[in-house]
Amino acid sequence: MAETTYRGPVPVPTPETKPFWEAAKQRVLLVQECETCGHRYFYPRPLCPRCFSSRVRWLRCSGRGRLHTFVVNHRPPKDFPLPAPYVIAIVELEEGPRMLTNLVGVDPDPKTLRCDMPVEVVFEDITEDIALPRFRPATEKPDEPR
Amino acid sequence: MNPRELRGKVAVVGVAESDELGRLPHKSALALHMEASRNALEDAGLRPSDVDAVFTSGRNMANDVPEYLGIRPRFVDGTQIGGASFLLHVEHAATAIASGLCEVALISHGESGYSRVGMPSVRWGPDSVNLQFEQPYGVGGPPTRYGFVATRHMHEFGTTKEQMAEVAVATRKWASLNPKAFLRDPITVEDVLNSRPICWPFNLLDCCLVTDGGGAVVLTSAERAKDLPKQPVYVLGTGTCVTHQMISQMPSYSEWEAARVAGELAFARAGVKQRDIDVAEIYDAFTIVPILALEALGFCKKGEGGPFVSGQRTAPGGDFPMNTNGGGLSYTHTGMYGIFLLIEAVRQLRGECGSRQVAGARTALCHGLGGIFSSAATVILSTEPSP
Repeated sequence: MAETTYRGPVPVPTPETKPFWEAAKQRVLLVQECETCGHRYFYPRPLCPRCFSSRVRWLRCSGRGRLHTFVVNHRPPKDFPLPAPYVIAIVELEEGPRMLTNLVGVDPDPKTLRCDMPVEVVFEDITEDIALPRFRPATEKPDEPR
Repeated sequence: MNPRELRGKVAVVGVAESDELGRLPHKSALALHMEASRNALEDAGLRPSDVDAVFTSGRNMANDVPEYLGIRPRFVDGTQIGGASFLLHVEHAATAIASGLCEVALISHGESGYSRVGMPSVRWGPDSVNLQFEQPYGVGGPPTRYGFVATRHMHEFGTTKEQMAEVAVATRKWASLNPKAFLRDPITVEDVLNSRPICWPFNLLDCCLVTDGGGAVVLTSAERAKDLPKQPVYVLGTGTCVTHQMISQMPSYSEWEAARVAGELAFARAGVKQRDIDVAEIYDAFTIVPILALEALGFCKKGEGGPFVSGQRTAPGGDFPMNTNGGGLSYTHTGMYGIFLLIEAVRQLRGECGSRQVAGARTALCHGLGGIFSSAATVILSTEPSP
């Protein structure tokens, strides 16, 4: 998709976050893990936010997780591309860290959504360089490569 | 100095709002600062030249406010932790006064939250962590982020939208007794549940107002306070905690950690217990916030905030008077509401509240929130320096 057609906010990576966005473009979800204390975290930072160790590595995620909590927004910000109402979610990844995202491929009806339901990542190209990780309810075959 | 030694050493001696509250397109944010500061100094029986310390919040405000007011403070603090800032400023002011760094502290707030007149721009850059990791998903105003906590709390503890609505109904009852409140018509739980959906689980009446206004608080030493016209209201204890900025980094969505820490610090330093609190002014940006705050502050157990506010317990005539000015939900909410918690608590302790006066109020708790459950600051005030 050409950059000019996407109207929503487009992330501009910093040196610390660039590997995350490059991986996302390749349909891979990364978090970071501290090799000193074992803490896993998201969003990316150069030092572990628990022990300040610089021995942090990128960890490839399964893309699976659970819907930790959510809202159904009826009043989108100006130029937001998803039609309202839409679901904004906090997903807890199988690897531990949580991230803010959208839940797509569902009716945006709180009666049909429940906290802790299994979800899986889908990537959406919004520009030539940036793909956004969003999530959908987990399919029947969670182990198939995406 | 042991923080417990601060207990009762400093007093609030003046409080006031700006001349008007509400929708004020004819007044800039700085003009609202000035009106509120003038009114609070008059309330304190002090002049601008008596002020030697200024506390305020907002981008560049620690430079802008002293210049606009013509005050040259030798102690200044522009700490910005959102709506809890002015309660944090009480802690900082009390510390500074007690240690002799200053004598008369002015905490000033002015915000054109609705009309946006003379407001500094606060936008994140596209390479900020906010814009990289939250904004692309359609988070916008506060309702899109506070709701995560309400949803998880409902899931874990069975908290209901009806219980949240009870907070709005009780708060409106207090507002109906406050001539300065923006919304004063009575509402029912059904009205809240049937109001326009904003961001589930919030309907319109679960959300605070958006208004323009100013507020100011003047503090000085307990010793000097004795010579001033109004009954001093003593700072017994304070606490502050910050845990995150982005909502995706909140440590838990079913408890408010910053509030728990701030509350524990304030109660320990004040040397009082929850049962000693006669009136509670608790930041109510959304109906879920006081529910989480009551749990975090130890007024009820974790998960029991919903039942606690049921049956109009926090309304006039209830056994837990809360947000007696009508709160951010019905009285005013400029964006950083915290100063108004202090103003109302001081008036309650002075017995100045007319038909909404809580009889015999001697000890009050003010609890502020900043960001999206990001920060909390608690201030416990009393009519006696060591009750």
